[in-house]
Amino acid sequence: MLLQLPGYTEVRMRYMMLIYSRESENVTADELEQIAAAHRTVMEDAARRGVFRAAEPLEPVATATTVRAQNGKVRLTDGPFAETKEQLAGYYILDCKDLDEALEWAARIPTGCQGEPGCVEVRPIREMRGPSANG
Amino acid sequence: MDELRATVDTIFRQESGRIIASLIRLSRSFDLAEEAMQDAFAAALAHWSTTGVPANPSAWITAVAQHKLIDYARREQTRRNHQDQLRYETKDATLDAQAESEMSCEDDRLRLIFTCCHPALNEDAQIALTLRTLGGLTTTEIARAFLLPESTLAQRLVRAKRKIQQARIPYVVPASGALPERLCAVQAVLYLIFNEGYSASSGDNLIRRELCIEAIRLARTLCELVPAVPENEGLLALMLLHDSRRETRVNNNGELVILEEQDRTRWDKAEIEEGLDLTKRALSRHDPGPYQLQAAIAAVHAESATSGQTDWRQVAALYKELMIRQPSATVFLNHAVAVAMSGGVEQGLDLVDGLGASGALDSYHLYYAARADLLRRLSRREEALIAYRRALSLTANAVERRYLRRRMNELGATHNAI
Repeated sequence: MLLQLPGYTEVRMRYMMLIYSRESENVTADELEQIAAAHRTVMEDAARRGVFRAAEPLEPVATATTVRAQNGKVRLTDGPFAETKEQLAGYYILDCKDLDEALEWAARIPTGCQGEPGCVEVRPIREMRGPSANG
Repeated sequence: MDELRATVDTIFRQESGRIIASLIRLSRSFDLAEEAMQDAFAAALAHWSTTGVPANPSAWITAVAQHKLIDYARREQTRRNHQDQLRYETKDATLDAQAESEMSCEDDRLRLIFTCCHPALNEDAQIALTLRTLGGLTTTEIARAFLLPESTLAQRLVRAKRKIQQARIPYVVPASGALPERLCAVQAVLYLIFNEGYSASSGDNLIRRELCIEAIRLARTLCELVPAVPENEGLLALMLLHDSRRETRVNNNGELVILEEQDRTRWDKAEIEEGLDLTKRALSRHDPGPYQLQAAIAAVHAESATSGQTDWRQVAALYKELMIRQPSATVFLNHAVAVAMSGGVEQGLDLVDGLGASGALDSYHLYYAARADLLRRLSRREEALIAYRRALSLTANAVERRYLRRRMNELGATHNAI
């Protein structure tokens, strides 16, 4: 009899999908509604399949404040931690059985507006120790 | 003892891919599987020196390795139970080792191929992992083959294995919808391994030879495990047909011998025969792809007793098909050369010049080398020399440099001009 080794059980794993998009100032209300609708489709499908954990959009990077606390001092910077062409625009958290399933979902998440597709970074969420971790 | 060691080495080379594939499924860990297999091989060496080699050595090693895994699991479980009861689910998920091992080990090898060549791993990592786990090459050997520091290669393997575990890259054969694309990734890795071994650049020849053998072996495995896929057969055929010329590609002075000048009587006939059969079988499925077309081109050469008898029209037509599917500079150049060889040297040169017109190939040595060869055939000596000189300035590959220098000498270049 072989004992199953820990660390690779049948429990599903949470993946965070970080959406990076090019921010655009001249998006019309119509276009915004289209993007939102596309997200709703994915979210509803994920919910139907019992995969959905969370998904939220972020306000533009112009609203970002970066905080660095060091040696008891707090330094604030106006803006994101790094200026990049594509900015973090939102996230999903989905329960998937493995990376392949996560990648399939990630490919369905809309990333762009005005024909400029962005990308989705898929990261497994590390399970924290403690009794609540498997909830 | 030396004899036994040689026997065990042979078994390792032939069977380690199969054995580790089943151990990875059981343990869900590349590291534990590797450790268990190494322990089992060490045990075999110790045990068989007194008992002799068993009838089915591979089964013996697999059984011992499975017991090692059980030991590791028990030890781990005990440690965890003592340390931190709440930390992990101590799920009572037990597997019956015997029933498991009766599951098709072919499936395991296929799972392992797809996991090692998973597109979520970068290409270098895919290659290293494939050679290490499926090929059974040591980290030292792989590092030497790719002219990399061993620590770089070891680090690459550690990262890849960690990503498989932590991001949970599955140990499965992809669903049929994703299969064709994933198969392409596997074929690409095997072809890269072969090319690394086949390319004439400097390095350890013995290890390079090993890479070709390994690539061919893995391509053969792929044909067995995923049969009736024409590109799998095309890939194996392509490797075999190229490998058949291995002994004649470089002369005793380490100089590159071009196809035209190779001693065709020394081409490996068994490899050619198998390669031709595979090419025919693949093409009969009427779904040609880049590997099949390249195999077909190699087949035309293999079937020509002398270079003069080469059906260059056929080669040009095949390159034309390949250009549609794989529009790379090398393919375009080869097409132009084939056109030139089929009689229209001027026409071929026009094609080459057309390719270079955009300036995109300005730093591509093969562009200048091809142009130089055609100019030489047209007896446009001065222009040929300029092109050869340009090609020479753009490649660091010692074998290629020697070839270019020789051509320049033949055209009467003065030494200080080189």
